Amino acid sequence: MQTAASPRVRPRLGTDDWILRGTMLAVAALLFVGILLPLYALLSKSFQGPDGSFVGLANYANYFSNPALVYSIQNSVTVTTVATVITLVLAFFYAYGLTRTCIPCKSLFKGIALVPILMPSLLPAISLVYFFGNQGIAKELLFGHSIYGPIGIVMGEAYYVFPHVMTILLIAMSMSDARLYEAATSLGASRTRIFFTVTLPGIRYGLVSAFFVAFTLIITDFGVPKVIGGQYNVLATDVYKQVVGRHDFEMGAVVSMVLLVPAVIAFFADRIVQRRQTAALTARSVPYQPQPSRGRDLFYLIYCSLIGAMILAVLAMAAYASLVRLWPYNLSFTTYHYQFDLRDGGGWAAYRNSIEMASWTALFGTVIIFVGAYLVEKAKGFREGRAVLQFLAMVPMAVPGLVLGLAYVFFFNSPANPLNFLYHTMTILVICTVTHFYTVAHLTGVTALKQMDPEFEAVSASLKVPVYKTFWRVTVPVCVPAILDVSMYLFVNAMTTVSAVVFLYSPDTALASVAVLNMDDAGEIASAAAMGMMIVLTSAGVRLLHAILTRGIARRTQAWRKR
Amino acid sequence: MANDTAKQAEGKRAYLEIRDVVKKFGEFTALKDISLDIFEGEFVCFLGPSGCGKTTLLRAIAGLDIQTSGRIVQAGRDISALPPSERDFGIVFQSYALFPNLTVRRNVAYGLENRRRPKAEVEARVKELLALVGLPDQGDKYPAQLSGGQQQRVALARALATSPGLLLLDEPLSALDAKVRMHLRHEVRQLQNKLGVTTIMVTHDQEEALTMADRIVVMNHGVIEQVGTPEEIYGHPASPFVADFVGTMNFIEAVAAGEGRIRLDGVELTARGAEGIAAGTPVTLCVRPEDVVARGVSGSTPNSFDAEVQELEFLGSFFRAYLRAAGVRGTEISADFSVNLVRDLGIREGMTARLALPTERILVFAGRAGAARAA
Ligand SMILES: Nc1ncnc2c1ncn2[C@@H]1O[C@H](COP(=O)(O)OP(=O)(O)O)[C@@H](O)[C@H]1O
Ligand SMILES: [Mg+2]
Repeated sequence: MQTAASPRVRPRLGTDDWILRGTMLAVAALLFVGILLPLYALLSKSFQGPDGSFVGLANYANYFSNPALVYSIQNSVTVTTVATVITLVLAFFYAYGLTRTCIPCKSLFKGIALVPILMPSLLPAISLVYFFGNQGIAKELLFGHSIYGPIGIVMGEAYYVFPHVMTILLIAMSMSDARLYEAATSLGASRTRIFFTVTLPGIRYGLVSAFFVAFTLIITDFGVPKVIGGQYNVLATDVYKQVVGRHDFEMGAVVSMVLLVPAVIAFFADRIVQRRQTAALTARSVPYQPQPSRGRDLFYLIYCSLIGAMILAVLAMAAYASLVRLWPYNLSFTTYHYQFDLRDGGGWAAYRNSIEMASWTALFGTVIIFVGAYLVEKAKGFREGRAVLQFLAMVPMAVPGLVLGLAYVFFFNSPANPLNFLYHTMTILVICTVTHFYTVAHLTGVTALKQMDPEFEAVSASLKVPVYKTFWRVTVPVCVPAILDVSMYLFVNAMTTVSAVVFLYSPDTALASVAVLNMDDAGEIASAAAMGMMIVLTSAGVRLLHAILTRGIARRTQAWRKR
Repeated sequence: MANDTAKQAEGKRAYLEIRDVVKKFGEFTALKDISLDIFEGEFVCFLGPSGCGKTTLLRAIAGLDIQTSGRIVQAGRDISALPPSERDFGIVFQSYALFPNLTVRRNVAYGLENRRRPKAEVEARVKELLALVGLPDQGDKYPAQLSGGQQQRVALARALATSPGLLLLDEPLSALDAKVRMHLRHEVRQLQNKLGVTTIMVTHDQEEALTMADRIVVMNHGVIEQVGTPEEIYGHPASPFVADFVGTMNFIEAVAAGEGRIRLDGVELTARGAEGIAAGTPVTLCVRPEDVVARGVSGSTPNSFDAEVQELEFLGSFFRAYLRAAGVRGTEISADFSVNLVRDLGIREGMTARLALPTERILVFAGRAGAARAA
């Protein structure tokens, strides 16, 4: 009850408010259909029998009484932990060399470290087969062990997540405060002591964050173990086998739920760490300037060159393998393996589909995600709506691609679903991919928007300029670099992703990355490598285009951009 | 100027009426029952320490953060619940909030272009405004290429472009360095005089408020402590808080002695405002350093007492003297003495001087004011 003396003012909503709320509702609805409903469908599937009746925990009981399946959990955790630790160590010293020493060509080394991002994770695995497989050129290095199994998985995964881990550590290290080092040095602390008392604590949040990112990426990755896992079963390949091999959708749903557990744990752990980190960052840190030191610089130059060479070697091997006639018997060059139309897997049409899918994903994804980020950041006076949207935008991060793809199958393939007509179309591939990569793109947008003056909207309202006009005339131009980043990120990921779309393509919408998988499955390894190379070339081309555009825009707008 | 406003206050209806405005952020009440009238053409300053609710009140008036309860009427129209786009105001923020990707000209034209006016008319108006704020040939630059003071003028021109009935300024000068700030104070005030636009400016700088405002609204902890002309606020602060926040003030603990008299450290003084206070009640005397009299004071001068000069601080145009009354408790008091006075009377550290506190210059507040003073 309110007293007559102080009736609550009920703000009247203006046109702007209605526009913002309407748009927010639309984006939220998209995410609701794109992530929450499918996840719900997946969850309920795991409690259903093949006829759709509710069977309670029976599927779970089945799962946990099947030693072969449960063994996969242990396998997954083992290879993931080993690969994560190895990558952390390798990437740590690489990033250290790039930030704390005076080695030459730092930006070249940075660029090389990012090369694996351009590939589907299937490709390094294929390349490893050429190195260490039964006919590999360096298989002696394994001393009789087989590359097919945990060794291959660990190597492939380390390659695949190296750029992600290295980037996180690089950022953490370049943010450390030089004043701490000066203090420690002036106190006469030894190098080792400084390392353990200043360097490591300074980047502890980066290390923890990198650990969780790597762990999640690896345990949910499907490309590497699919190609090189051999008889060594892990959770990700189990989902695929249950669904594609045995058509046991219920069991696939159960394994998906199991796969969701580490991803969700890692997600929340990372959130907590991130929050701590922002609190710990002081505003006026002084960037650390390394001093030349011959022995150390030489060591790190050799180290970084070695790692860089290995990264490039894996790529070069894939390129080489795709170009020789018959490995290892006839090493004459040929483009024979690029004649995809002669093989199963979708042919050149698959490549064109991938380009199309990636373009739509970049286009619609960027628009939707940036508008969503704008609403979360700037839609004043509608706190509940913003909180819901922010939550929805964060969910995809915690959902592995395989799980998302399978959830889409259950949701969209249900005859009762009015959206059923989307199943097996290009549209569903685009929706799925946008959703899959939503969170990182969203956070990029939010970060850019946070740097804008919070009063632009207020000024614009006072001048009676509609909110969409200011969005278009000011917000978008100011955020162009971030918008380009988002669209490039979406395009490259759409080109390389396998996990979610592997359940969703149809003969008409086969994709290049899936073609790599299928040709590898069919024993056409050279063609698989060739298609993988097409993806790499395309991604690299888009990255180059992005770099040129970004530089051009920076030049054209430098009059008003303060740097 | 102040008299004009006072006259306005008698006759006319207020241009902006604020009634019983309360603003809550969750459990926290940022504005407690604010009522205030602002008249057409006035320049009003909201003055108070940081966090007292000035911006909150300004944003409520703008509709950017609508009040929890209470009424706001502008030019006879109840705007309490309207969104900002349906109100009539221009606003300037401390950050300027200029659109970085638009030239100065496009920034100023931003609100005009939306109104489907002919292009030539818009250009003419922009030119006029840029001339008005003293930037006639900076139109093609981007905000980042201007100095802080210039940016602030552009923001002002943009806010004035659509000829709003009310101009709201939230700490517009705080981000500028002292010299530019002084200069812009003057300019903003002149501009406002010229245009006659009703203006509310938020500031935490008492000097700024005193030099610029027709009337000052002193706020503290979400309530209005006092509303008045700069002279009133400075000369007759209504509470210890205002007395302390505006200008420099001696706070002296004393006891009422009845019949308008105050006992201070063995001396009895007469003070206006002490009449109603029963004998024996603890009181606080307020007197400004510049009101402490030393010239022509003898033993028979009313309200006079001896004090030792503890320290003499040279502040350029005057001396600040720290004195200790010769009484039992040795009350400390500071006084501003002109260079002349110090020379004429030969005032120096360690000497004892005879001081007087003029009856009409002493303010008396019941109770111990310690807690009520500004931080
Ligand atoms: N959006 C908000 N949410 C919660 N508290 C707020 C919000 N805005 C202001 N406040 C609080 O209200 C009080 C008054 O703030 P403000 O009006 O900004 O003070 P100032 O007088 O410095 O302009 C402060 O204590 C501030 O912390
Ligand atoms: Mg404020």
